[in-house]
Order: sequence, then structure tokens, then C-alpha cells
Amino acid sequence: MKYLSSIGSYAIMVRDVFRKPTKWTIMKSLILKEIDELIYGSMGIIIFISFFIGGVVAIQTALNISNPLIPRNLIGFATRQSVILEFAPTFTSIIMAGKVGSYITSSIGTMRVTEQIDALEVMGVNSLNYLVFPKIVAMMFYPFVVAIAMYIGIFGGWIAGVFGGFSSSADFVEGLQLDFIPFHVTYSFIKSIVFAFIIATVPSYHGYFMKGGALEVGKAATVSFVWTSVVIIILNYILTQLMLG
Amino acid sequence: MIEVKDLRKSFDDTPVLKGISTTFEKGKTNLIIGQSGSGKTVFIKCLLGLITPDSGTISYEGRVYSELGLEGQRNLRQEMGMVFQGSALFDSMTVEGNVMFPLEMFTKQSPSEMQDRVDFVLERVNLIDAHKKYPAEISGGMQKRVAIARAIVMNPKYLFCDEPNSGLDPRTAIIIDNLIQEITREYNITTVVNTHDMNSVMEIGEKIVFLQHGIKEWEGSHRDIFKTDNQAVSNFVYSSELFKKVRQMYLEERD
Repeated sequence: MKYLSSIGSYAIMVRDVFRKPTKWTIMKSLILKEIDELIYGSMGIIIFISFFIGGVVAIQTALNISNPLIPRNLIGFATRQSVILEFAPTFTSIIMAGKVGSYITSSIGTMRVTEQIDALEVMGVNSLNYLVFPKIVAMMFYPFVVAIAMYIGIFGGWIAGVFGGFSSSADFVEGLQLDFIPFHVTYSFIKSIVFAFIIATVPSYHGYFMKGGALEVGKAATVSFVWTSVVIIILNYILTQLMLG
Repeated sequence: MIEVKDLRKSFDDTPVLKGISTTFEKGKTNLIIGQSGSGKTVFIKCLLGLITPDSGTISYEGRVYSELGLEGQRNLRQEMGMVFQGSALFDSMTVEGNVMFPLEMFTKQSPSEMQDRVDFVLERVNLIDAHKKYPAEISGGMQKRVAIARAIVMNPKYLFCDEPNSGLDPRTAIIIDNLIQEITREYNITTVVNTHDMNSVMEIGEKIVFLQHGIKEWEGSHRDIFKTDNQAVSNFVYSSELFKKVRQMYLEERD
């Protein structure tokens, strides 16, 4: 019953985010600030993780090929498929749920605790639109992050495969081009847009409706990460079944 | 004028406000006093529309808040200014940004007009050199003054203050009290102050509403409070020896 009530509150919150929009001149600067904070500010960690994940996928694949009949281009092929289908959109989203999600929950939660949200409401500002809408818009740029994660992940795989002595560059590149289905990239971007919406709204919900003091802000950030991850994993399954199943 | 009729509010079947009726007069500093847990904060949050009461009405110059609809309520809120207990200044904005925020949100003034207005209200609350500082860089008393400046920058008809003196030294508390009273008279606004501070009660309480266990136990002015025979009010206001002596002196002088 408690979960149903929370889902209902979340749906009402999402509806209210789009009501009574904030003046465009102010909203524009808020959106740019959030793009800087949520997207640009996450590039470093995403590039770092994607590079090494791509490398690990290539090494793991290479080490599991013991049969001489299996072509060496499988390393490139497996790296491409793993990175494009799962690691770039899903694994990166879990990282973002931790980094961006906890930032969103704690910043909105602190505003709740210090009555800044009440101050906005008393002034007649739609606080949900003012606080959450710019985050949703900023997160719509998330597919660009995923695209970069794809390139860097595959590049990491190439470096690990070629310089680790597991594959030649020609074999790896041949594997990358083998049976390429462009829809897989589209599928990955569609997933990333859905995950972006979840990363912007679920942590906002946990911050906006939190009760208590500074300790509860920390707890809310943890709970928000858990729920954002759970929702991403479930939606990942549903979207995969719908688009590839 | 704000008129409250039979206001009731419960949380999880625990009644907090049990049918409060009163009026808050225009151009006067109206105080809500009472012990912790008496329902003062819930009452002021109901007045602000931050908490929806279970029953009863609150009307602002005849406009019943609950009958206005979402848009009407938001428009009415733009006529309100609020000074929160912890000031509730936006951390990410400078003092100037905090005060300018309502102007940017709700007016079509040019940047120079907004700047003039901000300079005027900051000067009015005696803050001259703090424009570019962030809330974390100024003292509690200065934060309260910024909060007052932000609350009055839109020329509100109603000013609400939740414990404006909490955490301030006695001298700064008196300055804030006087500032609130001056602004109330100067702009002829309806001011409602939620306070524990007995100095405020004695100094600026032109109308005082005393709450106890969610009920309006007593109301009157700061002069009435000296001669009241209401036991609950006397126990609350004159709990310290100092205020007992002040009362005695007042009554002796009067006789």
C-alpha cells in the first residue's frame, strides 16, 4: 500500500512539474546551469569508466576464446555488442544514478530542510517546475553522454585487445564492422532517454518529499539511489523485451 | 485584514488546531504566541497556504483562500511576504540575487529598475555593503534582514514572520522587531509574527493571539497582557522573575 501511494505521489509530482511554467528568461539560465552540472560535470567519470569497461570486456572475451576455430574478430564484435547494447546505456545510467541522482536528492532535500522550497511556494512559484523541470531538460542531453561512452568503451576495448596482444588491429576492426545492426544504436538511445527521465525525476521525488533534518537528507540520497537503480533495471528488461524481443 | 473562522487541522488523527477564530488587523503587528507544540507553526503555515486545513476558512480582505483555485491561490501568495525562522535564503544566490528573485520572477521591470528597488529595500533594512555576499558569508542578524528585504521587495499586503528573533542576540532581536513594526506602519500591511520572545510581546504586540493546545486561549494587546487575569497567559508570559517585576511596576505605575 505504501509503495502504491508513493507511485501515485510520484505521478502527481511529474504532472505538477509541467504546470505553471517559470518565466523563460529564468528557466533558460537554470537549464544551462543544470546541463553544466549534470551532463558536463559527469563527463570525466563516464569517460574514465567506459574506457576501462570496454577494455575489460575485450580482455574477458579474448581469454574465453580457447577454441582455435573461433575467429579472433569475435573480440571486436563482442566488445561492440556489449558496449552498445548494455554497458553504455545501462551501466552508465547506474553510475549516473549514483553521481547525479544523489546530487539531485541532496540539493533538493537540503532546500526542503532549510525551508527554501516553502519560500518558493509562498512567493507563488511552482517549486516543482522551478527545481525539477530544468533537470529533466538537461538530462535529455544524456544520449550524447551515452554516445561518447560507446566510442570511448570501444576505443578502450581496441587498446586492451591490440596492445594486450589478444587481437590484431585489423581483426578487432573487422569484428566491430561485422553484422552491425544500426537499430541497436537507436535502441540504446531510446533506453538512455527513458533512463535520463528516471534519473532526473526519481531522485527529485525523494528530495522534494523528504522529511526531517540533515541526517535524513543523507538517508534520502541513499534510498533514492537504490530506487533509481531498481527502476532502471526493471525498465531495461521491459524495453529490451519490447524492442529486441 | 485576515479573518480566520473555526480553523481545524489534524495530523494522523491528532488534532493540532481545534477551531481557531480570530482576525489580524491591517497596519498592525499581530503576534501569535504560545508554548512549543501549541500549534503556532501549523497555524501560520495554514495562513500561508503551505498546509491545507481540514475545515474552517481564511479570508484575505474577503477573499476566501480555499475558494480561489490553484491559480488564484498562487496569485494571492504573490501578495504575501514571509520571513522564515531560518531565513530560508537561497544559498546559491548572493544577497542581491535573493532580494531580486521575486522581481525577476513576477515583474517586467528593466534590470536598472530592479536594481534600484533592490538597493532601496536593502538600504531600508540597513544593509549597505552586503549586496555581493552569499548568505553563508553574513551573520544571522544580517540574514534575517535580507529575508525581510526579500519579503517586502514586492510591496506585499501581508507579511508573515516565523520566530524572526530566534538565534539572535537581544540587541539584534530588538532591531529586527523595530524594523518589522516600522515596515508594518510605513506600508500599512497586515503583519503576523509567530514568536516566543517576550520582549517582542511587550514591545511590538499590537494584537496578540495566545494559543494553547491548539485553542485560542486569549487575545488582546500588549497593554491588555499586563492586566489580564487569564492564568494560562500569565503563566506563559510571566514565567520569568524579570517579567513578573515588569508587570508589577506597570500595574503600580497605573495605580
